Amino acid sequence: MNSIEIKDLSLRFGEVEVLKNLNLSIHKGEFLVLLGSSGCGKSTLLNCVAGLLDLSHGQIFIDERNVTWEEPKDRGIGMVFQSYALYPQMSVRGNLSFGLKNAGIPKAEIAKRIQRAAEILQIQDLLHRKPAALSGGQRQRVAIGRALVRDVDVFLFDEPLSNLDAKLRADLRVEINRLHHRLKNTMIYVTHDQIEAMTLADRIAVMRDGNILQLDVPSQIYNRPINKYIAGFIGSPSMNFLEGKLSAGDNPSFIFGDERFDMSRYRFDGEGQQNGATTLGVRPEHIRTGNAAQEMPISRNIVVEVVEPMGSDTLVRTHLAGQEFRLRMDGLASVNKGDNLLVGFDPAQVSLFETTSEQRL
Amino acid sequence: MTSELLHDQQKPRTYSFDARPHEPAGAKPAKRLSPARIMIYSLLFVATLYYLLPLYVMVMTSLKGLPEIRLGNIFSPPMKLTFAPWVKAWDGACTGLYCEGLKVGFWNSIKITVPSTIVSIAVASVNGYALTNWKFKGSEVFFAILIFGSFIPYQVMLFPLVIITRELGIFGSLSGIVFIHTIFGMPILTLLFRNYFMSLPPELFKAARVDGAGFWRIFLVILVPMSLPIFAVALILQVTGIWNDFLFGLVFAGLKNFPMTVQLNNIVNATQGVKEYNVNMAAALLTGLVPLSIYFISGKLFVRGIAAGAVKG
Ligand SMILES: Nc1ncnc2c1ncn2[C@@H]1O[C@H](COP(=O)(O)OP(=O)(O)O)[C@@H](O)[C@H]1O
Ligand SMILES: [Mg+2]
Repeated sequence: MNSIEIKDLSLRFGEVEVLKNLNLSIHKGEFLVLLGSSGCGKSTLLNCVAGLLDLSHGQIFIDERNVTWEEPKDRGIGMVFQSYALYPQMSVRGNLSFGLKNAGIPKAEIAKRIQRAAEILQIQDLLHRKPAALSGGQRQRVAIGRALVRDVDVFLFDEPLSNLDAKLRADLRVEINRLHHRLKNTMIYVTHDQIEAMTLADRIAVMRDGNILQLDVPSQIYNRPINKYIAGFIGSPSMNFLEGKLSAGDNPSFIFGDERFDMSRYRFDGEGQQNGATTLGVRPEHIRTGNAAQEMPISRNIVVEVVEPMGSDTLVRTHLAGQEFRLRMDGLASVNKGDNLLVGFDPAQVSLFETTSEQRL
Repeated sequence: MTSELLHDQQKPRTYSFDARPHEPAGAKPAKRLSPARIMIYSLLFVATLYYLLPLYVMVMTSLKGLPEIRLGNIFSPPMKLTFAPWVKAWDGACTGLYCEGLKVGFWNSIKITVPSTIVSIAVASVNGYALTNWKFKGSEVFFAILIFGSFIPYQVMLFPLVIITRELGIFGSLSGIVFIHTIFGMPILTLLFRNYFMSLPPELFKAARVDGAGFWRIFLVILVPMSLPIFAVALILQVTGIWNDFLFGLVFAGLKNFPMTVQLNNIVNATQGVKEYNVNMAAALLTGLVPLSIYFISGKLFVRGIAAGAVKG
């Protein structure tokens, strides 16, 4: 059963079409992450689901019920915002109870729900405080609590962790994950942070310019991106792209400059191989060096040009047949500028894109 | 190796001990008065004098008897202190036909200012809220027209408004003048409130809608409590503006309800009898007292409102 179904949704702000004929089905209990760069329409889509924006076209179903014209409060959703959006004049308890009071829920029930939410989120000691007297992490917990007490089936998160510092972000990320496993309700989570997306999501919807480009499980998004944009967007440091051409056949190979890579181990998608201009993408972390490189189907010698130690690992920049190339090495590896290095990778782990359409081959 | 380390650690300490006295360290010393500073302060001093002198003369004159005033030393303090002019200005000065002093006008002004201020702020704040958060078709046009209204000199509208209020049957009455003040306060106050509500995070409004609060509940329970500073500003604007108003009071309030300013004018411009400068001064001071105290009182409220309304930490 689908928890949320979005059919042919379009949204226009005046002349600008921000969401374009979008379709999306989300299973019951699924954690779906909307991932995309800033301004691609993620928040707009979430606001549409919440009922805070009127659609220009299309329908939204929540739990098989057409909610397209329903008020936000009647949709059975709870929402958490990036800026917390706590009511500044109310205590934490007031913030949590506001929605319940509006719904006319009896006092005893309100107290019970607040008690439970506070327990889950570890904010029992903060209930009497005003938001101004809370830290960023505590505020976001309260904001999550406000969605929690509503006892709804669907949670909407709009970049809930973006205002927090790195450590808190990591902590709360784990907590949201735990919360999802405990409550088992449907969650739509908007972020531009790929780590959040990869770690939290059951499925990721990668968005660009108001379209959903790819909707799949995180490992597929990472390993088999359907186009070059997604390949470059996911992963840090980002994927290496080498421009060349593909020569199809029983033993297909990728040719660029004077180099020829044997691609027979590559798993071609749908329409299969085709001759012509092709981009080969290989992730810096998939490149082996030294002895390990020797065992790889493809290996070449390169000269180290720039070394960027980052602690846990070291980023090496170089050129391969005149094209820029980065690789990630272990942080303990001793490597210096000017070193000769044998690097290698497995064609099974690369991605090939048709150069003009940028679609995966 | 160990001794070397120790030695190294001690070195910087010795350095810091003979830091030269002129090397910058600790709190930055206060600057001595530079010529530019002296210029600025003397200029400010002169400006202060310039504005305070008339006030000084008024207070002094209002505390003197008429014979002393006739001597002409307007700057000298009273030789024989008297509060009679103040009493007379309040209680017995002649305003046209009646000789009941300013107190009648004072109460009239209160009766005009209080409802006008409340009604105009109430209407304008709801206006600003609706224009910010509940955009309707044509709300931008509506707002533009409203703002355009604030550029039209109001003397132009005087006569049409006389006819309108007459047709409504409220010309020359208390409700008539309240109506007029509410109308004329609308553009600037709506602009004020709209701009303030625009500056609040829109997520707050969204969160309240998800929480099931309606138009009035969001406004009264969420927005108003966090908008005290702007209400204080509107209060100052309206109270001083309406209290100091002369023209509308004269035209629309009707004889019975003339505000203090109109009566002050009648006292000061009375043509018969001797000119009682001391009474006139006392009357003028009395009339100015209300706006002045509003500045002091709501100034505090203003600051407190800002402190209480802190949205982000
Ligand atoms: N109220 C609005 N009026 C006009 N344009 C808007 C409005 N809200 C958002 N947009 C535009 O819609 C696009 C998508 O915005 P948004 O959904 O907030 O992006 P994201 O959340 O992915 O960063 C942006 O280009 C933004 O400028
Ligand atoms: Mg956004």
